[in-house]
Amino acid sequence: MNVVPSSDALTSKDFATDQEVRWCPGCGDYAILKSVQKTLAEIGARRENTVFVSGIGCAARFPYYIDTYGLHTIHGRAPAFATGLKLANPELDVWLVSGDGDALSIGGNHLFHLLRRNVDVQFLLFNNEVYGLTKGQYSPTSRSGMRSPSTPQGSLDAPASAAVFALGAGAGFVARSVDTDQKHMPEVLKRAHSHRGASFVEIFQNCKVYNDGVFGKFTDRDVAPDMQVRCVHGAPLVFGGEDEKGLRLDRESLTLEAVTIGRDGVTEADILVHDETSKPLAQMLAAMEPPHLPVAIGVLYAVPGATYDRAVAEVVAKKTAGGKPDFNALLRKGATWTVS
Amino acid sequence: MGSTTISTTALADPKAMAAARKHPEREQVDSAVVRFAGDSGDGMQLTGGQFTLATAFAGNELATFPDFPAEIRAPAGTTFGVSSFQINFGSRTIKTSGDAFDTLIAMNPAALKVELHGLKPGGVVIVDTASFTDRNLAKAGYAANPLEDDTLDGYRVIELDIAKLTMEAVKDSGLSKKEALRCKNLWTLGFVYWIYDRDRRPTAEWLAAKFANRPDLAAANTAAMDAGHRVAETMDLPDGIHGYAVDRAEIAPGTYRTVTGAEALAWGLAAGAHLADLRMVFASYPITPASPLLHSLSHLTGHNVVTFQAEDEIAAACAAIGASYGGSLGVTSSSGPGIALKTEAIGFAISTELPLVIVNSQRGGPSTGLPTKTEQSDLFQAVWGRNGDSPLPVLAARSPSDGFETAIEAVRIALRYMTPVFLLTDGYIGNAAEPWNIPNIEDFNPIPVRFRTEPEGFHPFLRDPETLARAWALPGTPGLEHRLGGLEKDYDSGHISYDAANHQRMTDARRNKVLGIADDIPPQKVEAGGESGRLAVVGWGSTFGPISRAVSNLLDEGREISHIHLRHIWPLPSNLGPLLRGFEKVLVPEMNTGQLATLLRSEYLIPAEGLNKVSGQPFKITEIEAAVRARLEA
Repeated sequence: MNVVPSSDALTSKDFATDQEVRWCPGCGDYAILKSVQKTLAEIGARRENTVFVSGIGCAARFPYYIDTYGLHTIHGRAPAFATGLKLANPELDVWLVSGDGDALSIGGNHLFHLLRRNVDVQFLLFNNEVYGLTKGQYSPTSRSGMRSPSTPQGSLDAPASAAVFALGAGAGFVARSVDTDQKHMPEVLKRAHSHRGASFVEIFQNCKVYNDGVFGKFTDRDVAPDMQVRCVHGAPLVFGGEDEKGLRLDRESLTLEAVTIGRDGVTEADILVHDETSKPLAQMLAAMEPPHLPVAIGVLYAVPGATYDRAVAEVVAKKTAGGKPDFNALLRKGATWTVS
Repeated sequence: MGSTTISTTALADPKAMAAARKHPEREQVDSAVVRFAGDSGDGMQLTGGQFTLATAFAGNELATFPDFPAEIRAPAGTTFGVSSFQINFGSRTIKTSGDAFDTLIAMNPAALKVELHGLKPGGVVIVDTASFTDRNLAKAGYAANPLEDDTLDGYRVIELDIAKLTMEAVKDSGLSKKEALRCKNLWTLGFVYWIYDRDRRPTAEWLAAKFANRPDLAAANTAAMDAGHRVAETMDLPDGIHGYAVDRAEIAPGTYRTVTGAEALAWGLAAGAHLADLRMVFASYPITPASPLLHSLSHLTGHNVVTFQAEDEIAAACAAIGASYGGSLGVTSSSGPGIALKTEAIGFAISTELPLVIVNSQRGGPSTGLPTKTEQSDLFQAVWGRNGDSPLPVLAARSPSDGFETAIEAVRIALRYMTPVFLLTDGYIGNAAEPWNIPNIEDFNPIPVRFRTEPEGFHPFLRDPETLARAWALPGTPGLEHRLGGLEKDYDSGHISYDAANHQRMTDARRNKVLGIADDIPPQKVEAGGESGRLAVVGWGSTFGPISRAVSNLLDEGREISHIHLRHIWPLPSNLGPLLRGFEKVLVPEMNTGQLATLLRSEYLIPAEGLNKVSGQPFKITEIEAAVRARLEA
């Protein structure tokens, strides 16, 4: 994005609206809202040039709480609205906010095409593995067997992985963060913003009411160091309280394995170094799941590419370079005859 | 064709040309209906299109009806794979593609089987004998060869081995046998050109341009056309068959072109955006018969038209609305099933009060229905087919060229009233072509658009006291940052509101805004006949042609009837109720089971009566005449 920093710098408070925030007490969305407002201040976003577009769901109320332009659209379709908006005005800085149901269930098709086309927007998926606004049904990211009002015997379908989906769809930027991590998230959001093209960020967000603690096994303070690997481009993929663990590629099975440095002959040289331009690595990182492997957090993949909105703008600019064309000439192009 | 302008005065005098030929005694007729029929792969639509062009150049009035199957290449030789193109042309006013045809070209037995019933008694039928093999006869369902039994008794038949004649004509072209046989349609076209005395030059030029990269194909096709023409000119035609001459029609001065409904609509939408000085973002998803609009508009990038082929119908509607939110004119298009998918998004545009034009190229329904056959059965869907009280204006084009002005009017209303607008056309109008007296864009009023820029006193649902349209404030405008959504808004602030009284007020505001448009559209006029009388024939959309001709025939008989044709379906023109009450009877011919008739009955409590047909074919003039006579004599 080409956002020119404003001369009179805005603070995160300047991005808050006068509307009462109506998420449940303890909802992870509050922390995300704070991180986003902080990010907007830090990147010098201009309020008038920034648009938040959402679909339907708890997360989709987000635009009402950000003092920029906002469009709260219909269920699952925010990517399509945002694409049209960027075709009208590619200079706008567009953020999409969605949930796991909105993005991957009813709107899965549109998210796929937004990423495939590489429309220059930031897409934030608040994943809480449950339908919140409709009161607790299982979602496409819910673990199999989840008991919910619509699955009293436990859900029978397998969950989708948002990040694996995004990579499969051709996203040029895929990252992850955790709602409560107020240090990490703004950094990820800044990277997403500076990436030219569709930036996909999955945020693990706790739903206090319907799915409390669902991510606890890798976000709780006591287990987080052992169950999260922070991906930093060019740095070894290590984790554990003392960075004593790491990820190694099993060259036989082409899979990742968690190993401990100094044990079984493992040395630091065996540990993979993160390369965010490697799609195979990103796909393996995105697919990692506890308990055998930690969850990959941070920028998994970042490769800039040509964006759809810019490509369209360039074609239009080229074709309209001569100024407003002669409409009468258009109507008279081709075979005509004159009756006198 | 290139950008050539041919003045018809420069064309050779047809009478002098005819005199030099073997059959100088052409029969003078004031109109003729010709139907080309063959396999879907035989190029009948192309052949008909070229005949149309040549006929336009001959100075005749004309109307066409392309009629083709849903399958691109249905199994060869089958009846369901028959593709036809009908043209009615003449020296008099032509209003429809014609009822029964004077000449039928049947490229195979299936085409003969399907189309023969539409040929006038004593009509001319041209058949390609090469295709009348046992196998093809069986596929067409003929137990015996119709060329050898009494099937064609009472018709005048020209039997030609077109395959063989074409191969001879192009034998020096170096084309493969398969490619050479593809020239059959041009050979046939050349033959029919002679029968009706059409100039071959427009087609020769078109071939040269089309096959600029394959000069051998251009030459072979031209040779085939010339050969067909020469054979007709020199052969001994069966008794009673001779060439025809159709004089120029009395046509208003002007520069003309042929235009299809889809082209006129595309240019009309672009003209609307041009008059409003806005970019148009046209978002659509391929669907029959709406796709030609997307194709036409995709050529207009230089006119600041951005076309977006979305991933589905819903995305197309949403992207168009997103573009309108960003300050462009958003337009989306589809046919019935696709419109159904867009419904929720259209409701969103109603709720957020953003401009949008939705074009529906209607086809037979319900569900997938009859993709390539015409119908007018989406009127209810347009006027009422959404959740909640969700009013929007609805317009309908009456003919191919009428799409131009109707589209400009749709754009004007969408922008002036900040509302989605439905523009109804149908498969018949969209594909049909007619000559068009090309308008001058300078003759149309500009469409003023004011984006809000003043922060003082702003909220997003601030309404214009006259139109009730809300302010259009674009992202990018400092100081007007606001949030917009599908939840109900507070009348006085635009914030989310669940207040009961406010919902009543907003519902009323949306309703009154749309109803108010009735005072901003032209009063309904009477097309033909008096302002009151015994019977009014009320139509909308593509029934214009047959109703118009039927009423004009009946007026010539001295009947006391009138023709009223609606462009504005919703809101209805404010004088329509009093106007209709001035007639003893109201008859509403529609290609549905009675949708406008129901609307008129419910709005005006008048005993409007339907004349309904959903056969996938347009009304015949005689059908309307008979229905009117029955009511007048009842």
